[in-house]
Amino acid sequence: MNRKIKAIVKKTAGILFCSFVYLFLFLPIIVIVTGSFNATTTKPYITWKGFTFDWYIKLFDNTALLSSFGATITIALISTLLSTAIGTVAAVGMYKYKFRGKGLIDGLLYIPVVIPEIVLGISLLTLFSNTHIPRDMLTLILSHTTFAIPYVIFNVRARLSGYDNSIEEASMDLGANRLLTLKNITLPVLAPGIAGGALLAFTLSIDDVIVSYFTNGQVKTFPLKVMESIKSGVAPDVNALSTLILAGTVILVVFTQSDILKKIKRRK
Amino acid sequence: MKKISKHTFRSNTLPAMTTVGPVSLWLLFFVAIPLLYVLVMSFCSLDESYNVVFKFTAENYARLMDPNYIQIYTTSILVAFFTTVLCIIIGYPFSFLIARTKWKHKALLYMMVIIPFWTNSLIRIYGWRTFLGTGGWLNHMLLMLHITSEPVEFLFNKGTTVLGMVYCLFPFMVLPLYTAIEKLDSTLLEASSDLGAKGSVTFRKIILPLTMSGVFSGSIMVFIPCLGYFFVSDILGGGNSDVIGNLIERQFQSGNNWPLGAALSIILILITLLLVKIYQKLGGDMDSLGV
Amino acid sequence: MNVEEDKKVIVEIKGVNKIYGSNHVVKDLDLTVYEGEFLTLLGSSGCGKTTTLRMVAGFEEPSSGIIRVEGEDIQNKEPFERDVNTVFQSYALFPHMTIYDNVAYGLKMKKVKKAKIKEKVMNMLELVQLGGFERRYPSQLSGGQKQRVAIARALINQPKVLLLDEPLGALDLKLRKQMQLELKRLQRKLNITFIYVTHDQEEALTMSDRICIMNEGVLQQVGTPVDIYESPQTKFVATFIGETNLFEGSVLEKQGDKMRIVVEPGDFKVRGGGFNHGDMVAVSVRPERMLYSESPVEGFGLMGIVKEQVYVGSVLKTIVVLSNGNEIKIERLAGQELPTGGQVYLYWNDGDAKLIHTFDNVFAQAVENIVMK
Repeated sequence: MNRKIKAIVKKTAGILFCSFVYLFLFLPIIVIVTGSFNATTTKPYITWKGFTFDWYIKLFDNTALLSSFGATITIALISTLLSTAIGTVAAVGMYKYKFRGKGLIDGLLYIPVVIPEIVLGISLLTLFSNTHIPRDMLTLILSHTTFAIPYVIFNVRARLSGYDNSIEEASMDLGANRLLTLKNITLPVLAPGIAGGALLAFTLSIDDVIVSYFTNGQVKTFPLKVMESIKSGVAPDVNALSTLILAGTVILVVFTQSDILKKIKRRK
Repeated sequence: MKKISKHTFRSNTLPAMTTVGPVSLWLLFFVAIPLLYVLVMSFCSLDESYNVVFKFTAENYARLMDPNYIQIYTTSILVAFFTTVLCIIIGYPFSFLIARTKWKHKALLYMMVIIPFWTNSLIRIYGWRTFLGTGGWLNHMLLMLHITSEPVEFLFNKGTTVLGMVYCLFPFMVLPLYTAIEKLDSTLLEASSDLGAKGSVTFRKIILPLTMSGVFSGSIMVFIPCLGYFFVSDILGGGNSDVIGNLIERQFQSGNNWPLGAALSIILILITLLLVKIYQKLGGDMDSLGV
Repeated sequence: MNVEEDKKVIVEIKGVNKIYGSNHVVKDLDLTVYEGEFLTLLGSSGCGKTTTLRMVAGFEEPSSGIIRVEGEDIQNKEPFERDVNTVFQSYALFPHMTIYDNVAYGLKMKKVKKAKIKEKVMNMLELVQLGGFERRYPSQLSGGQKQRVAIARALINQPKVLLLDEPLGALDLKLRKQMQLELKRLQRKLNITFIYVTHDQEEALTMSDRICIMNEGVLQQVGTPVDIYESPQTKFVATFIGETNLFEGSVLEKQGDKMRIVVEPGDFKVRGGGFNHGDMVAVSVRPERMLYSESPVEGFGLMGIVKEQVYVGSVLKTIVVLSNGNEIKIERLAGQELPTGGQVYLYWNDGDAKLIHTFDNVFAQAVENIVMK
């Protein structure tokens, strides 16, 4: 009996503890979502003045905010595409072939991951200013691609570590040339790793503050817009947009994840 | 005798170049060269109109010894240290519970750690300010419950900066821990208790050593960014708990002293290298920092 | 037995060497494979058998030498251009494709019409007793089933030669025995040439038309299972295949085909040609051919002490220790046991002793050592 009670106490304590952690994680989210329905119109938009949907409507008049969101998505998509392509091919190449300088490439890959983002940000700023590349959408895309590449490579590499080389040989043995083998076998088998890397690249890009802070010019991303508005108090339409983004990503990921999970389960 | 055939090409060079070439060039142009620029700039001087001139000087490094700066380094390291410790203390039991639960929606528990991070981190940090500020939710509640008679200022100290850092970096502790703990073979735990070890002994002798790799990589992933996350101390610390990142940011924006900022960055790089070296000495795997 | 004349050559390996850095994996290999035969490359791991197979498949390139398939030099053909297919040790099934898609892969690459593919795949799956499994994924199959899929996937292309790299290595003993028979049945039925790599001598003896034994990259002997077992040509073959008792010595006297051979613990008379006075020789006598008597036997001067007798069902295994400490294994049908510690005289019937030149081997080894240095 004693043992049973002990187990129940343990379990309850565990659930309570985890609930507190989740509360901690979600508290600001609750604040943001609530703020987006706040009817207040006076800065700093904290005091609760009643429930309204107004901010969701006003949001669509705030062209600066919307265009910053558009820029964020554009930059994220392009840099994800670039980093996924470069990273996937590189991971496969580094896995398959032995060549000189591999250690050097590995070392360079770890730099963007471990050094504080601010160092990457100012180093890119220094590069762009010294080479007179005007800071614009392009510099943001280049910067985001730079910090995303290692994450793609590590994800694909993790998938490669359980990879049986002989399936490629089998494909060639059955008459598929190298290109077909890449398309039919290598890429599909690595797909979960590639997708994981791409998802991470996208997430890092849309949430990036620090690197963008140093490498942006005329084009402002959504996080930069938020940063500008923080001093005067973040307006509820920003909260509204954040809420919409969150809802959008959750729905998107629930759909894709469930599909991916099913596929992975089947393969295991 | 080596015969020439088209198979010769199969031996490496061409495919290795085409696959690894792009990434090598990218890393060269956007990682190696920029860092070299920073290194060179840290030895450059400023002219009267605050333009960077390539005149060698070690003065930027000498200025790093300024007592005010040393104060900031100390704060920065302390913030990073407490953030890391808190992340381990909260993150370890939490990861253990969600990684070894028998609940069928385990994947959901994991996803719920990540979901908050799809909302912009700035706005979430600002959410904390809204919650903790003098006109914020917490003060409202305290006043309503008559615990305090007037609003309490929770914000703008080292504690709130640490809170913000923990909040921002918590998943970077949880994810490696989760992976390490999930990999634990439960038969090992059973074997240990079968051999007469008490729960606490099993934890010390089996679980902890086998999951230490997760603690190490989590600590690296938490400690180092802490030194640079200037926006957290900006929003929640209110200038009372600047980290090295704030110092660098100022040199590149308002202060407009790039060479000094570069020298500060070099210091940050050296700290990073030192920590990574220790991490590798402890047997840490570099790849696990990025997955 | 003379297969050379009435059978068509399908694979010809001539003077093939494979060198990785300082590692000479295959040395001057000459081997001819005939159409429709089941040839096994047998040897312990690292003997070069898998490398040889991979060179035929096109995954490795010979450092020197020629490989011909149906008389055509395939040096410049990529693996996907060769009319040979491989069954991999790890099966190498495509994890993201159904069984149907796995088996259909080769035909799809050849751009065969869909309806035709379907018909062929279904027939092939039926043939390997996997009808009804076409919608499953490899991960949902057992080891034996995966093996069948791997075989079906290769066979459906009707290759000129099927290469099998230890295909049964991962299966448990019972399943392995069953699959051995099944493979043999398939091979007979489809009349496709099989080149089969294994380290399991029993497997080789059970399935093969001919066995090719390799050791350290060198071809030791090619022959039918009976040839290999009954007339080993090298010491390695004699000891590698089955159990044997090996007496090493030299020819002391020679009269016609009668010789007296002296070995460390004694001497004996044998019949055999091709040896001269003073030649080094190894004499191999299988345990089941070894006989003993409690009194001396004419022509044999081998005496030993009975060390141990083990009764294993129908067979009685006896170990006799000779004066130099060598142990001789004897197997005979169970019957009267000998007293342990008693003296016995060893002998055998004429023809049961196989004579192997050893000088050549020693010499070749010595020369090679000098050359390598």
